[in-house]
Amino acid sequence: MAEQNSLRPGQGAVPAGPVTSQTAPQTAGARPIIEMRGIVKRYYEGKPNELEILHGIDLTVYPGDFVAIVGESGSGKSTLMNIIGALDRPTLGSYSLDGLDVLRQKDARMSEVRNRKIGFVFQNFNLIGRTSAQKNVELPMLYAGLAPRKRAARAAQLLEMVGMADRARHQPNELSGGQKQRVAIARAMANDPAILLADEPTGALDSATSRTVMDIFHRLNRQAGKTVVLITHSQKLAEECPRILTLLDGRIVDERRGREVRGDA
Amino acid sequence: MLENIRLALSGLLSNKMRALLTMLGIIIGIGSVIAIVTVGNSLTASVSDSMSGLGANNVTVSITQKSTDADAYDGQNGVRVRMFEPTAPAEEDLLTDEMIAEYRAAFGGQVAAIELTEALGRGSASNGALSASVQAMGVNGEYGAAEGIELLAGRFVQDADGERQLAVVSDAFLQDAFGGALTPQSAVGQRFALAVNGRLLTFYILGVYRYEEEDTGAISLTAFSDETVTPLYLPLAAAKKIAGAAAGYQSFTVVGSAGADTQQFLSDTEQFFASYYTRNPSYTAAAGSLSSLLETMTGMLGTVSLAVSAIAGISLLVGGIGVMNIMLVSITERTREIGVRKALGAKNSAIRVQFIVEAMLICLIGGILGILVGLGLGSLGAGLMGTPAKVSLSTILLAVGFSMGIGVFFGYYPANKAAKMDPIEALRYE
Repeated sequence: MAEQNSLRPGQGAVPAGPVTSQTAPQTAGARPIIEMRGIVKRYYEGKPNELEILHGIDLTVYPGDFVAIVGESGSGKSTLMNIIGALDRPTLGSYSLDGLDVLRQKDARMSEVRNRKIGFVFQNFNLIGRTSAQKNVELPMLYAGLAPRKRAARAAQLLEMVGMADRARHQPNELSGGQKQRVAIARAMANDPAILLADEPTGALDSATSRTVMDIFHRLNRQAGKTVVLITHSQKLAEECPRILTLLDGRIVDERRGREVRGDA
Repeated sequence: MLENIRLALSGLLSNKMRALLTMLGIIIGIGSVIAIVTVGNSLTASVSDSMSGLGANNVTVSITQKSTDADAYDGQNGVRVRMFEPTAPAEEDLLTDEMIAEYRAAFGGQVAAIELTEALGRGSASNGALSASVQAMGVNGEYGAAEGIELLAGRFVQDADGERQLAVVSDAFLQDAFGGALTPQSAVGQRFALAVNGRLLTFYILGVYRYEEEDTGAISLTAFSDETVTPLYLPLAAAKKIAGAAAGYQSFTVVGSAGADTQQFLSDTEQFFASYYTRNPSYTAAAGSLSSLLETMTGMLGTVSLAVSAIAGISLLVGGIGVMNIMLVSITERTREIGVRKALGAKNSAIRVQFIVEAMLICLIGGILGILVGLGLGSLGAGLMGTPAKVSLSTILLAVGFSMGIGVFFGYYPANKAAKMDPIEALRYE
């Protein structure tokens, strides 16, 4: 928790709220946040139906990066996301996340890594039902062992940041898709993670709400210096990210810079 | 932990019917144990209450068959064979008036009264068309005062009445046999016919006493018939003549004076009468009190409680399996939620605790409902038996603890299954 920056309210544009200006995106010199070398993932290893999904991925992401990993379905992007998110372990290769050798950690420590270093945003929101938006945002802090009062205060700040303060008491089934995703982003930010890992975050949203959600990501990246890894099959969505990696058949086949888009809508 | 409890509660509330059905086994199991323990406690308490009220100092002296030293030893088969002699006591085996007189002389200070009785059994008294059922019993003069029989008119039986056919009857008897035409005062001296012991005899009313319904002795006489059967007292000598009984007694009751040491009095009395039987080959005298009877009863009740507890245990086992089953269903339904929680950093132990708490909560609520049901049924049962309900706090605490234990025991397997889920698979689950 020592390396966490607490979000300070009252800075940045509305509804940016509690974010701090950090160092601008760096692409060289600084210690990488994600450093992957030769990641190979095989299923059914040693059996006749052995299947290799990833064939040696090298990936380096620096603090403040906004990376889109784009690929068709079956390209291995979900598998890659699971490995980046410390949900899965590769068959071969090395992975260092924020200076920590993730693959050598035990399961309980992997849970801690997910809890403190990674903020997940899913396509279908994955909010916990029958639990208010506020409690959903508090959940990662609960698992981090934060005191109830601190959790509540920070969750309120985060909900305000995504413009959902007035919906804090609502349950997920009382929220629209866009609102759910904004709550999910607030939840992902709960423990001020090293990276935001978003898997098709606009896949279930219409274009207008998609825009709102993407703007929040851009704002978090630019104003708070949050590192964002966005996984998508949509070229159009990837285009608005500064750095685009194309995944094809388990290999990164292309890396280019995208069209810079203003984060403020 | 508080979060877990809140979460589990909201889960249960959103599925009330299912939760209730799941709890049913626990409710029935805990409820039946609490009910039987409540009834048992009430019964024991009220019986010991009333016994201390009407006869903690009462000692019953009776003759019992000696456990014969003539138990045969079958040398050939190496088996001890017990020889039973199912013979009725002969006249010389009975307790006699002489023994009683000597006893009275020796223990005068400690003896308040000696009740001698000769039961004749059920009889029917008739007066023309009307009739009344009675339990005819020959008693000595001391009996009435010692038993606290309240006379409304006339007098009680006296020893001097000898073999005269006189009867002390209840006010209820007057209602039945004379149709309410007589007051207790005017009933004294009236004549009626009494069919008892296979004979039809003419009796005269000597006195009328107040019949008390709640008297425990009377309840046992009337409980299983719709007609009121009340005791009818006649002189002891008359009863012995009607029964054709020998002069002695198989048993009688000594009422100790208040403040006497019951235990000491009991053993002294037994020793005194047993000394008459040292040379008797087959019989001896024994003394017992109601408190020793109470002990036997408590023991019996304990056995019954144990049997009910065993059945309740089976119900709890079935209930526990039900809880386990529903937890497995719940975990399957919430696979995705478990995946999300893991992605957000929940450790396996956190997931495990969450589901164990949920199972425990189901069982705890079931247990509390069971306690309420049990207390309700127990009070009802105690009320039916006319005793005040007596609740055992230790049993309730035990029930609460036990139901939580069931939750942990049967919740562990499903919770562990949830904890060990692969987060990727769980997140992918539709």
